[in-house]
Amino acid sequence: MATRVIMPQLGESVVEGTVTKWLKKEGEPIAEFEPLVEINTDKVDTEVPSPAGGVVLRVYVGEGETVRAGTMLAAIGQPGEAPPEAAPAPQTAGAVPAAPRAESPAPAARSELGFISPVVARIAAEHAVDLGRVKGTGQGGRITKKDVLAALESGPAPAAPAPWEQPALGELFRPTEELFGKTGEAVQAPAAAPMPGSLVPLDSVRRAIADHMVLSKRTSPHVTTVMEADLSRVVAHRQAQRETFLRDGISLTFTPYFVSASVEALKAFPLVNASWSERGIVVHRGVHVGVAVSLGEKGLIVPVVKDADQKSLRRLAAEVNDLAARARSRQLKPDEVQGGTFTITNHGISGSLFATPIINQPQCAILGVGAIQKRVVVIDDAIAIRPMVYLSLTFDHRILDGAAADGFLARVVKVLWEWGGG
Amino acid sequence: MPEITLIEGIRQGMDEELARDERVFVVGEDVGPRGGVFRATMGLFDKYGAGRIIDSPLAELSIVGVGIGAALYGMRPICEVQFADFIHPAFNQIVNEAAKMCYRSKGDWTVPMVIRAPYGGGIGGGLYHSQSVEAFFAHIPGLKVVIPSNPYDAKGLLKSAVRDPGPVIYLEPKKGYRLIKGEVPEGEEILVPIGPARVSRVGQDVTVLAYGMMHHYALQAAEAVAAQGIDAEVVDLRTLYPVDKATVLSSVRKTGKALVVYEDNRTGGYGAEIAALLADEAFTDLDAPVRRLAGPDIPAVPFSHPLQDWFMVDPEKIAQAIRDLAAF
Repeated sequence: MATRVIMPQLGESVVEGTVTKWLKKEGEPIAEFEPLVEINTDKVDTEVPSPAGGVVLRVYVGEGETVRAGTMLAAIGQPGEAPPEAAPAPQTAGAVPAAPRAESPAPAARSELGFISPVVARIAAEHAVDLGRVKGTGQGGRITKKDVLAALESGPAPAAPAPWEQPALGELFRPTEELFGKTGEAVQAPAAAPMPGSLVPLDSVRRAIADHMVLSKRTSPHVTTVMEADLSRVVAHRQAQRETFLRDGISLTFTPYFVSASVEALKAFPLVNASWSERGIVVHRGVHVGVAVSLGEKGLIVPVVKDADQKSLRRLAAEVNDLAARARSRQLKPDEVQGGTFTITNHGISGSLFATPIINQPQCAILGVGAIQKRVVVIDDAIAIRPMVYLSLTFDHRILDGAAADGFLARVVKVLWEWGGG
Repeated sequence: MPEITLIEGIRQGMDEELARDERVFVVGEDVGPRGGVFRATMGLFDKYGAGRIIDSPLAELSIVGVGIGAALYGMRPICEVQFADFIHPAFNQIVNEAAKMCYRSKGDWTVPMVIRAPYGGGIGGGLYHSQSVEAFFAHIPGLKVVIPSNPYDAKGLLKSAVRDPGPVIYLEPKKGYRLIKGEVPEGEEILVPIGPARVSRVGQDVTVLAYGMMHHYALQAAEAVAAQGIDAEVVDLRTLYPVDKATVLSSVRKTGKALVVYEDNRTGGYGAEIAALLADEAFTDLDAPVRRLAGPDIPAVPFSHPLQDWFMVDPEKIAQAIRDLAAF
């Protein structure tokens, strides 16, 4: 039987990907785990290895086509074997289908799932589990509590494309209609009146950003507070350490200083390192700081410095360098853009003095760093010239009140001002 | 630690309480020089004398009535009803007098007494020496109902029952009297509180709720199905009234599946109340129907051995019910 190759879901919110290049053509032989196709998603570029050895029986999705995760991309089998019928790929972006498509079967209705016990119904409701995706092992194929818990544990986000050890069994290989019983909730904009102009198609990055921004604004009541920080000591420190760092191949930017100062403040104000939930405020134990990296016209991406509170300035600098470089060359791994508990965005890079950034859900706050400029300030009734920066903190007013947020931001300012010991 | 029988646990419990508190006395049929038909009071007559180990006439109404009067007078009676089947003449005394005394006197009068009665079948006792009566009394606020399943609890619950300020119905699984053995430490005060149930076997797949002899069988059944890869949790209720809801609910919330085992007639049996409790308070944690495994609804345990076996819940029947529930 032919083995189906399916568009993997390469991250929690990554629901589609674009086939950028087929590395094997129809009829070509391929070994198990040999790279088969290059995929581009809004977060990562990756190669998909073949789940089985044989020949490429058929390619269902052409280069440049964007399809949802779970769509069958190709079939691998023995020469002469008949390729399976392709399931229709929902939401293809424009391109002509490469193979004839059958009618999409309706998502499994509740009655088709068999008896749903009270506990299964509750767990599914609480964790938004699509029971159509859960394999039942109970009487008559009934979904048991253990089945739904196992599905929950295997998680909606197969963060690492790991399940290759078991070709044709893992989630990646399940047919589309099983994975996506229903299409994702699209953000509806009011229909625009026809006006002369051209339509720029949405790529997956643009769409992901759009969806996330709307979601965030709709989810959290945003409030932004702004303070000014004197960076004299930071600038001096950086000047003094730059050479040393460079000898180790680390280019010392200002970003690790802001990460470090934020970490100090997050430790002092744990409520900022938190997420809202209806059950209560979830205060995170780990401090994982996302650092927004601009990809120019291609949008932006937020790689995460994991366990930032465990790391020295040197380590932070090295990691920020590495993450930013790989973000720009689109070589981040899916788990490197997930799990942040706080985000820093350096909008000052493009000259902005201060801004009102949008919270990276489900975090509590985001710190905007403005342009560092020498400004005239009054110190002890004398006029001085100091490298200054505006820091703007946008926070979720459900979790924090203004005073707490200001306390946090004041701590960031203080750490920067007193850098290297008061 | 010496291994003793369940009935020896009861005997030791009474012995220690008699020695500790001179207000304690035992009254019942043949409890005196004979030491009880099951030998629960063996040696007590010689040790404490006819004034405290009192042979009664064959009149259960009188045994309990004497106990109530003595308790109101400040004594701590242990009334032995020779078989639970014969407790019914005393029903009025227990339900109308003992259970209600504290309530109707606004707490001025209490009835600190223990009514011991062997219950249950499987011993060839036929219609009048095999009955289970716990459901009658677990229905009555004002009473406490306990059933030990092992020598340690037998001793510890008996001692707690003697010290309880109200009337306690202490039912003894007579088939287990000498069958069930266990280690009980010597020279140490054992008090098992009235109220808490006990998770006697930790498991993940199915909760089996039982008491008395059925608990003993449930443990055997759990071991049997373990060999087939089913991990059953067993809860020994110990106190039927008031029931330990927290332990029952938390176990079933974990496993999602509950089997209630009792040897009494199925309809209106005590396990029906546990099933109702689970349906009511654990509904959204249930992954399967709450199942009851109980005796059939016929008037009595038959005397004929094959029919008695048909009537009685046994380890194999429990194991089958666990397997069915695990497969659901």
